[in-house]
Amino acid sequence: MSSWTNLKIGAAVGALVVTALLLPTFERLPVDTSQNGFRGTAMEHVTNPRLRARTLAANEVPPVLDAADNEGDRASTLYENVQVLGDLSNAQFLRVMLAMTEWVVPQAVRDAGNGCAYCHNIENMASDEVYTKAVSRRMLQMVATINNHPHVGQTGVTCYTCHRGQAVPSEAWSTLPTSRAGLQAPTGQNTPSRAAGGSSLPTDPFTPYLLQDREIRVITANTSLPGYNASSIQQTEWTYALMMHMSTSLGVNCTFCHNSRAFSNWEQSPPQRLTAWHGIRMVREVNMTYIEPLTPLWQANPNGPPEAGPRVARLGPMGDAMKANCTTCHRGLNRPLNGAPMLQDYPELRMVRSSPARSAALAPQ
Amino acid sequence: MPEYQNIFTRVQVRGPAPYPGVPLPADSEPRAGTPRFVHLFGRLGDAQVGPIYLGYTGLLSILFGFIAFEIIGLNMLASVNWDPIQFVRQLFWLALEPPGPQYGLQFPPMREGGWWLVAGFFLTASLLLWWVRTYLRARALGMGTHVAWAFAAAIWLYLVLGFIRPIAMGSWSEAVPFGIFPHLDWTAAFSIRYGNLFYNPFHALSIVFLYGATLLFAMHGATILALGRYGGEREIELTLDRGTAAERGGLFWRWTMGFNATFESIHRWAWWFAVLCPITGGIGILLTGTVVDNWYLWAVDRHFAPAYPQLWAPVADPALLQGAPR
Repeated sequence: MSSWTNLKIGAAVGALVVTALLLPTFERLPVDTSQNGFRGTAMEHVTNPRLRARTLAANEVPPVLDAADNEGDRASTLYENVQVLGDLSNAQFLRVMLAMTEWVVPQAVRDAGNGCAYCHNIENMASDEVYTKAVSRRMLQMVATINNHPHVGQTGVTCYTCHRGQAVPSEAWSTLPTSRAGLQAPTGQNTPSRAAGGSSLPTDPFTPYLLQDREIRVITANTSLPGYNASSIQQTEWTYALMMHMSTSLGVNCTFCHNSRAFSNWEQSPPQRLTAWHGIRMVREVNMTYIEPLTPLWQANPNGPPEAGPRVARLGPMGDAMKANCTTCHRGLNRPLNGAPMLQDYPELRMVRSSPARSAALAPQ
Repeated sequence: MPEYQNIFTRVQVRGPAPYPGVPLPADSEPRAGTPRFVHLFGRLGDAQVGPIYLGYTGLLSILFGFIAFEIIGLNMLASVNWDPIQFVRQLFWLALEPPGPQYGLQFPPMREGGWWLVAGFFLTASLLLWWVRTYLRARALGMGTHVAWAFAAAIWLYLVLGFIRPIAMGSWSEAVPFGIFPHLDWTAAFSIRYGNLFYNPFHALSIVFLYGATLLFAMHGATILALGRYGGEREIELTLDRGTAAERGGLFWRWTMGFNATFESIHRWAWWFAVLCPITGGIGILLTGTVVDNWYLWAVDRHFAPAYPQLWAPVADPALLQGAPR
């Protein structure tokens, strides 16, 4: 073979390798840029209208159920063992039951006509023996807490904001298994991080910041001098991973909340940073106060209720609950469901009692 | 007649027989291998391969470099539970991390950064031995030692990042991980932690010399290629005995930008730009965290970071409000 043939084969192989690397690396055009700060400061949003249209189509609000009147006796007097929805009228009570079935119970179970049985013993609707009923009570109280939180404002949330017709929201997180090899101790990073946009940053920024309240801030705020801030570069990478999670789950750049020339500086930050700050505290409360304490119920029922439909994991691979992060609601949009004020159509969700459950339903039965 | 008027070399540079090299001093090891011609090498540079001189510095350098390479690779393989397929798939993400901040400058357990220190030792020894080799070989050939000192500038930046600055900071955790993407993430996190490295004037100088060096290289390479038909590639002769190629090249730059380097001084320009890139960069890294903890605030204090008008009402830090949640 002549050296020319060798060169041509080499060039062809090289071109193939480069193409195979480049094609999945880049996003197909167009890319739109809109300015959100003073000129020349690179404060801008970058969006791909083609991908955004796809995200918007996947975040449609389902049709609203007919409104219910607030007349007549309260549900607590009409039915036995109504603990958190007792202040609703009969029509409102039944409407919420119907809505929750459509929002949370798997399609297969609903199609089979077993929607109520997902949380109730059909023979005795007042019974707490199906554990999902106890979970639902806490979830209703959680929705009420979220709707009083500064993070969500007047838009509000319903069960659908997270659940989207599934028993376990498809975007939830749990503790990841780590390396078992003896030579190198697990570092929590340096593997493709789904949480941090596919980078090699830490894979689980959720446990320290969204389940615990570890310090997120790493930059020295008030002085340029050393000696006042012991944050390490490794700690910075954990914060960085959390920020990448927020960025990808909201479909925004760093500059949506920060002036990236001075990340820590609040005076120069867009007001969205304040909303995000409250969001972090809200997710902490959701995970610490509502989801994590329910873990024993899921551990006792790893296959779901008797009418569970197709198998869905109730717990992560390490046996902990499937918990919430920004993606659980946001799904690629800076306002979940593109800001549709769904709560306005369901005033019943604002009438949830916050009192603790009367029965021992929180313990596995 | 060979032709140089092309972006790519179309000449095979080879003599009638491989050249064995000048005689070596009496105390030198012999050169190894029979020299021969390789056509493909001739397309890129000189067609002759060998003979090779390694000597004890070259051999030890390759051995130490291999040990460091193996330690890093095996640690990466361990981090994917010794799965060769995952090792290949995740190779760009894998790393050998320095010890955590809790260990300071102590020697940590091997699996928690000890291997990083050992790999760093062998890699540093390998680099320094290779530096000695470039110095000694230049001396043996009766050359100047410009290559060795340029290499030393790069080693300076390497030592600042992985050795001098971590010691000044009192913690190995400040050093760079060994890994493709992880060292890039480290770079971004380093800039964020220390308040935006773009406000570090030595970082700015380093970028000037980096881009300046590539610009000078392009200008010089283009000039010499463009002068090929007048023998412009014979730069050394033309330095001392200026011919039409040197005159035309100089005139071209005087016409286009009013000033020209000479056939001699252009190489000093290039050498200094290239060498100053890691030297200034290393100074900038060394000052970060040791002297300046937030470069943005440092630049504000010196009226060097401009203030811009706000397009929205300023936001107050909610954590400063009384009773704020953490």
